[in-house]
Amino acid sequence: MEHTSLLERILRGVALTLVVIFFMFPIAWIFMMSFQTNETILRIPPQLIFEPTLANYTALITGKLVTAAGTLDIAFMRNLWNSVFLSVTSVAVSLLLGVPAAYAFARHKFRGSEDIAFTLLSFKFAPALLVLLPLTLYFQKLGLANTYIGLIWVYQLICLPLILWIVRGYFEDIPADIEYAYRIGGHSWFATFRKIALPLAGPGIAAAGLLAFIFAWNNFVFALVLASADKQPVTVGALAFITSSGIQYGQISAAIVLSITPTLALALYAQRYLVEGLSLGAVKG
Amino acid sequence: MASLELRKIVKRYKSQTVLDNLSLTVADGETLVLFGPSGAGKTVLLRLVAGVIDPDEGKIFIGGDDMTDVDAEFRGIGMAFQNFALFPHMTAFDNIATPLEAKRSSQGAIKAGVESVAKLLKIAHVLSHKPRALSNGQKQRTALARALVGSPPLLLLDDPLRNVDAKLRFEMRLELPRLLADRGATVVYVTQDYKEAMALGDRIAVMSQGVIRQLGTPEQIYREPANIEIARLFGDPTINLLDVKPARDSRGIYVGLSNVQVHLAGAYETAVGRDCVIGLRPEALSFVEEGAPGAIPVTVEAETPLNEKIVTLVRTVRGREILVSRPAGTPGRSEGKAHISVDGKSALLFDHASGERIGSKNVVSLRNGEAA
Repeated sequence: MEHTSLLERILRGVALTLVVIFFMFPIAWIFMMSFQTNETILRIPPQLIFEPTLANYTALITGKLVTAAGTLDIAFMRNLWNSVFLSVTSVAVSLLLGVPAAYAFARHKFRGSEDIAFTLLSFKFAPALLVLLPLTLYFQKLGLANTYIGLIWVYQLICLPLILWIVRGYFEDIPADIEYAYRIGGHSWFATFRKIALPLAGPGIAAAGLLAFIFAWNNFVFALVLASADKQPVTVGALAFITSSGIQYGQISAAIVLSITPTLALALYAQRYLVEGLSLGAVKG
Repeated sequence: MASLELRKIVKRYKSQTVLDNLSLTVADGETLVLFGPSGAGKTVLLRLVAGVIDPDEGKIFIGGDDMTDVDAEFRGIGMAFQNFALFPHMTAFDNIATPLEAKRSSQGAIKAGVESVAKLLKIAHVLSHKPRALSNGQKQRTALARALVGSPPLLLLDDPLRNVDAKLRFEMRLELPRLLADRGATVVYVTQDYKEAMALGDRIAVMSQGVIRQLGTPEQIYREPANIEIARLFGDPTINLLDVKPARDSRGIYVGLSNVQVHLAGAYETAVGRDCVIGLRPEALSFVEEGAPGAIPVTVEAETPLNEKIVTLVRTVRGREILVSRPAGTPGRSEGKAHISVDGKSALLFDHASGERIGSKNVVSLRNGEAA
């Protein structure tokens, strides 16, 4: 039993509180801003007490932004849907392609396997802006510009290397003997992949998928250049709140709250599963 | 049925040759023990037979069929791994059931099969547990049950008792021969424990550095080891090895031990005048009264009772240390001066330079050769 003095516990509590405040303050402030009008937000000095309004959320959900200069159509809900659709589909495609590839890289050392794996990883090194210009030209020629397929394709640059490399490590951690034992028992390599490798690497696959989802969700520059309004995700859509009559802080805050909710919920949900999965253990004798 | 034949197997990893032109035949229903130090290639050999790795050269026949290019799942083998290799996400029941599931057995048949083998191995009460909730002994039995459940004609057991405690190992050493005999399966059993090898093997193949050094019955390996190394590996306490130079007189060939001539029984003509090493099993030595024929004077240094036998460390007048073993309860000396005599018939003579045994009678000494 660890013995700590009262003073130590108090100091630790204070330190933890400070850290939590430091990191949570922006989020809390944004959450509060989302229930305020632009006028109350821009008051100086800022005040903690205000009359909450749902106007921001109403504007976002109905798609009508009322400003001093008149009513503006915004496609925020459409953007949100685009974000969900693009991220989910990209991660799904990446998992479908990346998990079997990761297994192949982990279990079968073939000529050039390391080179191919590294090349895939190197996609993450290249600055997005560097590849954007040629990519835009190609996409226009191919008719992929401003299509979901084109965007999902480009999102593979973000998701696939991530999933491939994380999941590969998890597959490598499974002792080969366990898979051998299953095969000697009379099962095909595919059955072994499905019944042994996949369940044992499950937590790793979930972690990689979650991370890839967050990266895809937060992507801005690919979507900005390669998609027009009706295909844009929230990251790009938020630009619409910088209007001719000023920046709509209230709506931006509400938009942020709405757009971080799915990733936050997913992370909280997956966390439970991840911890459970990582404590599976007992792989070794 | 399921005889096993390996023909000129070569396996290399990078530049290292792990198995060097190895040939071996195991008869149907026979238990062959692969014995040798770690790194000898025993496990690699087993995996080649199982089909999870491929040989660089050579052929593998199981039951007379060429299985060299057949995938592991079609070879009809049961295998238990040293580290158990249980599936951590399945219960013991599901672990054991996997080979039956592969055969598309009915649910009832699977249940019956698993429960009967579990009962046999005394793990029926832990079938619902996951591997992490099992003790080492239970894990080991679960792994064994999984290997046995499908009644494979060929069983490969890779040092299954390595990771279990001494008591359980002793129990299993007693149980396993009957268990394996009842199954009627051909068994290849890997171990580093010579007692296990002696207890379980119909024949023992002693391996080192990817080559089978000697193949024979436990009796042959013990009585007529092919070389010093094998003589040293089998036997507890270990064999006494003394440098000698055999000579000849009217009564035959003898060696001088502490100025006492010990005559050897055996065809040792070639050894006369050569530098040799004599191997004396501790139980081939006995304490005798002073003045008895061939009595060698020694000083008792220490005595260790090992349950059923007593091991005495003695020192000859020339200062060489020798271990003498005798059954507990028989007369001996525990201190001071004593005399020992050597049973010349059971003495082993090795060439000093090569370490090979001299004057082999029935020894099947193999070097990359075909098993007889």
